[in-house]
Amino acid sequence: MSTDPKTRTPGRRFVLLVPYLWLLAFFLVPFVIVLKISFSQTVLAQPPYVPVLDVSAGWQGLREFFARLTTEGYQLIVSDDLYLFSYLKSLQVAAVSTGILLLLGYPLAYGIARSPRGIQPLLVMAVVLPFWTSFLIRVYAWINILQRDGLLNEVLLRPHLIDEPLPWLASDTAIYIGVVYSYLPFMVLPLYATLERLDVSLLEAAADLGCPRWKAFWLVTLPLSLPGVAAGNLLCFIPIVGEFVIPDLLGGSDSLMIGQTLWLEFFSNRDWPVASAIAVTLLALLLLPMLLYERVQRRQMEGLR
Amino acid sequence: MAQNSGPGPAADRRPLVRFEGIAKRYGEVAAVDDLTLDIRPGEFFALLGPSGCGKTTLLRLLAGFENPGAGRILLDGEDIGAVPPHRRPVNMMFQNYALFPHLNVERNIAFGLRQENASRREISGRVAEMLALVQLEGYGKRRIGQLSGGQRQRVALARALIKRPRVLLLDEPMAALDKKLRAETRFELMELQRRLGTTFVIVTHDQEEAMIVADRIAVMNAGRLAQVAPPAEIYERPNSRWVADFLGEVTLIEGRLAPGGTLIASALGQLKVAADPAVAPESSVWLALRPEKLRIDTERPAGEVNALAGTVFEIGYRGDISLYKVRLADRSLIKVVLANTTLGGRAPFDVNDLVWLSWPAEGGVVLSR
Repeated sequence: MSTDPKTRTPGRRFVLLVPYLWLLAFFLVPFVIVLKISFSQTVLAQPPYVPVLDVSAGWQGLREFFARLTTEGYQLIVSDDLYLFSYLKSLQVAAVSTGILLLLGYPLAYGIARSPRGIQPLLVMAVVLPFWTSFLIRVYAWINILQRDGLLNEVLLRPHLIDEPLPWLASDTAIYIGVVYSYLPFMVLPLYATLERLDVSLLEAAADLGCPRWKAFWLVTLPLSLPGVAAGNLLCFIPIVGEFVIPDLLGGSDSLMIGQTLWLEFFSNRDWPVASAIAVTLLALLLLPMLLYERVQRRQMEGLR
Repeated sequence: MAQNSGPGPAADRRPLVRFEGIAKRYGEVAAVDDLTLDIRPGEFFALLGPSGCGKTTLLRLLAGFENPGAGRILLDGEDIGAVPPHRRPVNMMFQNYALFPHLNVERNIAFGLRQENASRREISGRVAEMLALVQLEGYGKRRIGQLSGGQRQRVALARALIKRPRVLLLDEPMAALDKKLRAETRFELMELQRRLGTTFVIVTHDQEEAMIVADRIAVMNAGRLAQVAPPAEIYERPNSRWVADFLGEVTLIEGRLAPGGTLIASALGQLKVAADPAVAPESSVWLALRPEKLRIDTERPAGEVNALAGTVFEIGYRGDISLYKVRLADRSLIKVVLANTTLGGRAPFDVNDLVWLSWPAEGGVVLSR
């Protein structure tokens, strides 16, 4: 490694800059725009909000621009229960689905990680395989399965488990089925990654010290797989909160998830400021679990170092 | 058998551990093959052999991580074949230590006692005792990630000892330490074993380590016992060419034992040996010569000794000693070790020097296989 640092540094600096430039261009700039719109007012115009920043007006224009910003969008969100219920509904769907996903995904990931080395890639492949079909097509397939004369009712009717077809579609159950089905790989993969790395000799050590197998799972396997549990939960919980397609296609119309409410505000009401305010509030809400995850991760890193 | 000889501690008592006709196969490969071995109470026992000889499998069979395909394992006279690992009164120190990374030092050490539902007071007392035993007082709250390799090794030792096992199993316990630390740790382990009186069974591929720490060594080769005896006996009186060659340096000279049993006819001429009733005369034998048993001189030494002339072919300088390879009349090489006792470090011999090698009749071992 005797390359001249002077010739090496610019290239290295650029490489280090790439992720920051990426975040700047595709996260920070759009976010600032959304943030700005959330403090604007709706008008029937193009674009459908004011104020619009006019750089040519100089200092005076800038001052005027800031003077006309308003928190009306946020006030509306706080004052109308509709939005609160929408948020709560989203959080509820995300929390319950993530719980179900964990209960389903952990045994699945554990089973794969404990399978013979040779067939593990095959099993992981099986988990990922649905991704090869378009997400939208798979959700439409669920409409087919869940509808009144669909596959699910047929299967239940044949052996007389039920007497008449059940209305699966347009219900919360349908949302849960769709969400759990769609997000399972996001739960299984990080869990598998941590469980697969788990040192088997730790379990032998636990057994050697008088710990039966079932107890070793609670005392050793589970605590050491917590980073995977946290990653899986986060990877599922956050996008589920903002999920739009699944509740829109499979769910009912009586209570909307926040993604649907946002969509309505944006496309039906053409109220960009309120839609933006919803998005910003959602982001603020989701920051909390992310910070928690960060803490868990850091603690784990310290322990495993 | 060699197994019954040797003044190990408590040689008269019945064995603590007995492997009886143990066999373990992995597919076509026999890791352990019809092996019978006794380990006595209170001894420091070493399983020594090259990698893949089955020594680790034997240890894992005793811990209960593997089930034998055939044979019985007796602990204190009782068959423990059906006892799962978590109920066996033996504890193991793992090669990579297998410390729980999510628990601190204290909790790692306490792990075994907690499984017994010991009282909080007893646990904390015994943990403190163990920390003192391995000289880690004050380290109880440290995380495993904050410890050095040597400290981790001590935590692993304390964790395995806290349940006061009947047998402590040590799987290559010093493989991860650097040379200097390894040398210190060997003596600490011996001292600990003497103090506790616990039976230690160590698996190692390091012959020096086995020789230093163990009361008795079982040398293993290809799933079988090659020899079981105290270290000095294994080194001085190996029972086969394989053992002689595996432990330390040796030169093997092929020949035929004359009717009297005290002369070997070899390509290097007649060599005098001490009579060994175990070796049948008029059979083909090998004379094993340890390099430090040979004398090296510039003149032919007088007296009733074997003497061979040769030229110095190669000198391996190691600081404290030098290993000389001397080429003999039949072009074969013979190894001689000389302690570098003179100050100034001037070698007494040079490459291509003409020298005489000599040894008394009882300086070599006659091997029939």
